[in-house]
Amino acid sequence: MTLRINGRAVQVAAGAMVSAAVAAAGVTQFRRSVTGQPRGPLCGMGICFECRVTIDGREHCRSCQIPCAEGMEVRTDV
Amino acid sequence: MSDAFHVVVVGAGPAGLAAACRVAECGAKVALVDDNPQPGGQIWRGAASPTAPWIRKIEHRRVEWIAGARVFAAPSPGVLALETFQGNREIQYRNLILATGARELFLPFPGWTLPNVMGAGGLQALAKSGLAIAGKRVVVAGSGPLLLAVAKYLRDRDARVALIAEQAAHPSVVRFAVGLAGSPGKLAQAMRLRAGLVGLRYLTSCWPIAAEGRDQLESVTLRRAGRTWTEPCDYLACGFGLVPNLELASLLGCKLSGRGVAVDDFQQTSVPGIYSAGEATGIGGLDLAIAEGEIAGFAAADHLQLARSRFAARTTAQRFAASLDRAFALRPELKQLATPDTILCRCEDVPLGRVRECTSWREAKLHTRCGMGPCQGRVCGAAAEFLLGWRTDSVRPPIFPARIDSLR
Repeated sequence: MTLRINGRAVQVAAGAMVSAAVAAAGVTQFRRSVTGQPRGPLCGMGICFECRVTIDGREHCRSCQIPCAEGMEVRTDV
Repeated sequence: MSDAFHVVVVGAGPAGLAAACRVAECGAKVALVDDNPQPGGQIWRGAASPTAPWIRKIEHRRVEWIAGARVFAAPSPGVLALETFQGNREIQYRNLILATGARELFLPFPGWTLPNVMGAGGLQALAKSGLAIAGKRVVVAGSGPLLLAVAKYLRDRDARVALIAEQAAHPSVVRFAVGLAGSPGKLAQAMRLRAGLVGLRYLTSCWPIAAEGRDQLESVTLRRAGRTWTEPCDYLACGFGLVPNLELASLLGCKLSGRGVAVDDFQQTSVPGIYSAGEATGIGGLDLAIAEGEIAGFAAADHLQLARSRFAARTTAQRFAASLDRAFALRPELKQLATPDTILCRCEDVPLGRVRECTSWREAKLHTRCGMGPCQGRVCGAAAEFLLGWRTDSVRPPIFPARIDSLR
């Protein structure tokens, strides 16, 4: 399936999580911390909240817990 | 929408799957709730895992599977409030089984906040979620048998595992491996792992002291026997063992022991009708989680005789848990890795030096905002317990960040 990461089309296998799609797009910085540091996924299990991204306009979604869907629009902090 | 169940099971890892399955076998109406979109648990997720037979059993029995739902509050006795990506839901239970599992213990060291520094189970979970790992250079570090399983998983998917750094000393790891001989299933598991690791560097008494990189990880510096050196890598998979998830049990008023949720012989907590099983009651591994889950399931469905039939299996598995604790106890040197400038609370970017000026977790929360971000102290709280010896188990609803609409 195809979704868009920061406007760029990325293809992933069915069942992949949004976190995998973001990484596949070459993005390692998923968000900026409150003091502006780059951050990416830590726990991979939905508890650390470091992998938060904006999905279809909804902010603060944990990308490691949400499966990719066709046509999803994902934004990371840049 | 509100639904009523005889038993609700929270957590679809090994313990929760076994519990829900046994409840269904007894003919009681049961719901199984998990934050993840798929059942199987955080570590054991995936088709080839030992939980697969239990998942098939769930599919063939009458278990209502509520996926991608996090329990964020208990608005009244016998009711849980769930939030999903699609919307909210309240479910009612007569009996509740908390199989909330565990998370990794992350310890701060300089550079641990860089992108691509992850948990050991964390990198495995992400790889299982579709992260492309082939050809990537990985250092696996921390403590416990999970490191071996993760290294093997990554190598089987063509990652270049540079080394495994285990903080425990060689004699205690060997004693642990020999002790597995007392439990045939575990021995077979250990031998398979060993076979998969031939040619891999497994260094005991070794741990990371810093991660380096500009905007993402480029290398990790390790220490062993007074020597330090730097390994270039794409990922550092680093976890120092597991800690139980106790937030929901605490919210519901269940008493805690030193190891996790306190339970009686039938896995019932201090609150009548609320049971707990698996890593939430203390870290003990797969076999113990399944035995406890079965006992909790039978007991919550009011079949105490069937529950008793699994007591012996639980006792056997408890021996493994005890040897795990002994073998992989964390060494005090790990308390010295973080400098005063090293971030402890990653949500609020609070350095350890500021937290050290406080005398308790509560004071640190009020004065520095440590533990006040979205993870609600799930990461820094466990680290503070190890580094500073504080108790950090105070909770209040919502136990996960919830949308404003959910709180009305």
